[in-house]
Amino acid sequence: MLRYIIWRIAVMIPTLLIISALVFTIIELPPGDYFDSYIAELRAQGESVDSERIQLLRKEYGFDKPPVLRYFYWVGGMLHGDFGYSFEYDLPVRDVVGDRMWLTILVSFVTIVFTWIIAFPIGMYSATHQYSWGDYGLTLIGLLGLAIPNFMLALIMMYFANIWFGTSIGHLMDQKYLGEPMSWDKAKSVLEHIWIPVVIIGTGGTASMIRRLRANLLDELHKQYVTTARAKGLSPFRTLIKYPLRMSLNFFISDIGSILPAIISGAEITAIVLSLETTGPMLIKALQSQDMYLAGSFLMFLAFLTVIGVLISDLALALLDPRIRLQGGSTK
Amino acid sequence: MDSSTDLLRIEDLSISFAIIGGPIRAVRHASLRVLPGKVTALVGESGSGKSVISQAVMGILPHTAHVHGRILFSDPATPGTTVDILQMPRDGREIRTLRGSRIGKIFQEPMTSLSPLHTIGNQVSEVLQIHTNEPAAKRKARTEEMLGLVGFSNPRRAYDMYPFELSGGMRQRAMIAMALICRPALLIADEPTTALDVTIQAQILQLLRELQTKLNMAMLLITHDLGVVANVADEVVVIYHGEIVEAGPVDAIFRHPGHPYLKGLMAAVPHFDLKPGQRLAAIREVPVNVENLLGKRKTPPPKGQDILLSVKDLSKTFTTRKSDWLGKEQKTTVRAVDGVSFDIKCGECLGLVGESGCGKTTVSKILMRALTSDSGSVVLNDDAGPIDVLAAQGAALRTLRTRIQMVFQDPVSSLSPRMTVQKILSEPLEIHERGNARSRLAMVKNLMQAIGLDQHFINRYPHSFSGGQRQRIGIARALALSPDLLICDEPVSALDVSVQAQILNLLKDLQKDLGLTYLFISHNLAVVDYMADRIAVMCRGRIVELAPREVLLRKPIHPYTRSLVAAVPFPDLDRRMDFKTLNLGGAADTSAWGPQFRDDGEDNALAPLDLGSGHFVLARRTTDIRELRP
Repeated sequence: MLRYIIWRIAVMIPTLLIISALVFTIIELPPGDYFDSYIAELRAQGESVDSERIQLLRKEYGFDKPPVLRYFYWVGGMLHGDFGYSFEYDLPVRDVVGDRMWLTILVSFVTIVFTWIIAFPIGMYSATHQYSWGDYGLTLIGLLGLAIPNFMLALIMMYFANIWFGTSIGHLMDQKYLGEPMSWDKAKSVLEHIWIPVVIIGTGGTASMIRRLRANLLDELHKQYVTTARAKGLSPFRTLIKYPLRMSLNFFISDIGSILPAIISGAEITAIVLSLETTGPMLIKALQSQDMYLAGSFLMFLAFLTVIGVLISDLALALLDPRIRLQGGSTK
Repeated sequence: MDSSTDLLRIEDLSISFAIIGGPIRAVRHASLRVLPGKVTALVGESGSGKSVISQAVMGILPHTAHVHGRILFSDPATPGTTVDILQMPRDGREIRTLRGSRIGKIFQEPMTSLSPLHTIGNQVSEVLQIHTNEPAAKRKARTEEMLGLVGFSNPRRAYDMYPFELSGGMRQRAMIAMALICRPALLIADEPTTALDVTIQAQILQLLRELQTKLNMAMLLITHDLGVVANVADEVVVIYHGEIVEAGPVDAIFRHPGHPYLKGLMAAVPHFDLKPGQRLAAIREVPVNVENLLGKRKTPPPKGQDILLSVKDLSKTFTTRKSDWLGKEQKTTVRAVDGVSFDIKCGECLGLVGESGCGKTTVSKILMRALTSDSGSVVLNDDAGPIDVLAAQGAALRTLRTRIQMVFQDPVSSLSPRMTVQKILSEPLEIHERGNARSRLAMVKNLMQAIGLDQHFINRYPHSFSGGQRQRIGIARALALSPDLLICDEPVSALDVSVQAQILNLLKDLQKDLGLTYLFISHNLAVVDYMADRIAVMCRGRIVELAPREVLLRKPIHPYTRSLVAAVPFPDLDRRMDFKTLNLGGAADTSAWGPQFRDDGEDNALAPLDLGSGHFVLARRTTDIRELRP
């Protein structure tokens, strides 16, 4: 098993290298670079362009060098925490992203926990009371949550919040705390704001998780070992928790791999609608303006999360399921 | 009858299931009793309602069931009190204290009735955790003691093992430990040995009988196997279509069966005393009409002269990897098939017998080219000349496919649920581009006629047929290309006794009328005895004995064959199994064999010795033939 873990971590390195090459290539694909779009923007505004200064900047940031060389600079920089320079913000990428990254992770984490807390009891209820009114009702609500796009829900909630409470529910904190260092009041403000994006972003995920948990549990509930547990005299609830639920957890654990990146990248549109201080809107803007180091760092971050998520889910599966841990594959 | 003497009394029990299209009455006015310390066998076919009764006693019927009647349980631990199980609230505290503690249950499928994610110890000691207040250490000690009692040689190790690390027989033992750990007054065993090999079955029956006497426990044994009943039961209750048709002490039932169904059931079981040529009396005989297939019949050479299939030195190894947390990896190589040689003559039926895991299915898969063998040769003597089965490619392989066909064990999963009978039967013809649409349809109809299936069913899907009918469709599919050799891999082991007789008779008739040759694989010696002309016994990938059937079953030489024969339960009270002679380490435990049959780790030490008249026994090369005779 130890060998398996080491092997898995070792495999991550070439995976991430390949991803970084792909990310770099895709960012390089559109003609021109940040300076070209910068010049175009200035010209459009009727301002004069100091071409000498541009050339100087190009040289400084290595844009006169061949792409392969720049790729290695970029990757080498990332290895010691230098993610490059954002031209758009005139700041190192790390400083641009820094605060937002933590907020994004906070929102994602709370959303995941929210999804689980809501989805698990409902899924268990739906499966054990199949075809009851409760099941149908919860299924209907779940399907509604699944069918309504997140940004739409965000717009609706903003509208009603404005009408009923007269407040704007956008942003993750009161505007006066923006850019402020962390303080007790800022944390409180974040907590006040965070539940709305969490509910909005979490609805879709909750609904689909309820559906999957219900389907998986229904498969397990009629298995023979459940009857065995009942024949031992175990109470119905403890039977449910110990046997079928445990068995149906596998799907859920293998989901972790995709949940991390999906929640971070999938929330962009909602984040724009709600003007959240997360990374989503920033990524889209960076891609639009060809701010290549910023965009590249984002994509690498997402890739890294995916790879880590898959690793975590694989290890957790091996931990939880003795069949995966102990049964070697046989060759034919 | 005085109800206080009965441990369990079921009075006028009716169970029906509400489903779309009207209720199904699974059990109708059933009454039976179980005496304390005695074994009552409940006998019937699948679907007769016997399992439903056992579920009602445990209170674990599905929600859709409606129950009427009384199930009275008089616990000897609290004399004088009788409770009606049906009056207890569903899954309530009262019934839960009975379950597991006073009434234990063993299920049919040891593979699926244990949770794969929890250790054996965890699952067994859970019963104690529910019903007693003992501290964890005491529970563990009692669990280990119980595991030792049911035959785990190392209970401490077994405690931490997972079910998938154990064989079927060992899992069933763990199941028994779980059911008995609280010393229940009543044990319900629902087909406890049906999924197991005969030798394991004998061990489990012996164990159940021993524990039952030791703990003075009553047992409700649910089974369809009359052989098991004759060997274990004190009283017998026969159930047919939800109604109890006969009940009484085992002697009376076996010596003077009254109800026609019971008589039919007894006649349908193949047993070793059948005279050559005697037919089994299937409860529902199927008329066979192969007239329209006869045109396909080749004129086979006189029976037993020509060798159709010749297998020489076939070997196949499987490698499994197993690793633990620290990365130590063990590679184990299993010789699934080890130097197997045999010939099948034209028109004969060669039986291949052995316990599960002995390699008999691997042999059949190699013959079908589903697996690739490591070494050896297989030659099929076709009309057009010999075909090298293992090397055939392209056109030769296509021809080969039409010459060898297979009938599978599980009639449910071997037919595509999305194809109609017509499509299933005409698919082989389409693949091999035989005829046009019209001639194929005619062929399909002929095939259906041959297996006794009404032609109106031609557009039905497999799910609308019973297990026996599906197996007949499987046989028809195998016959579609009019092959020479039919490999039947446990064709009746998933079927009820009454249906089993029907399928066996059908196979026999087809063989006679179409001149087919069979390789008949089974773990059931009585079935092979009924079907085969010669029988080969396989153990650990090797053929240990090969002889004409009357010799092999009556005068077996090899110790493995003998323990197999000894483990077969006879449905005959005068020939009860002698549990003492059973090899407790399992029939394949070589340490109990005589030295002349063991290779003691040497390669190439054993060779098949000819005892004359086609009787071969695997023994040491240096052995004198006279030494082998007991």
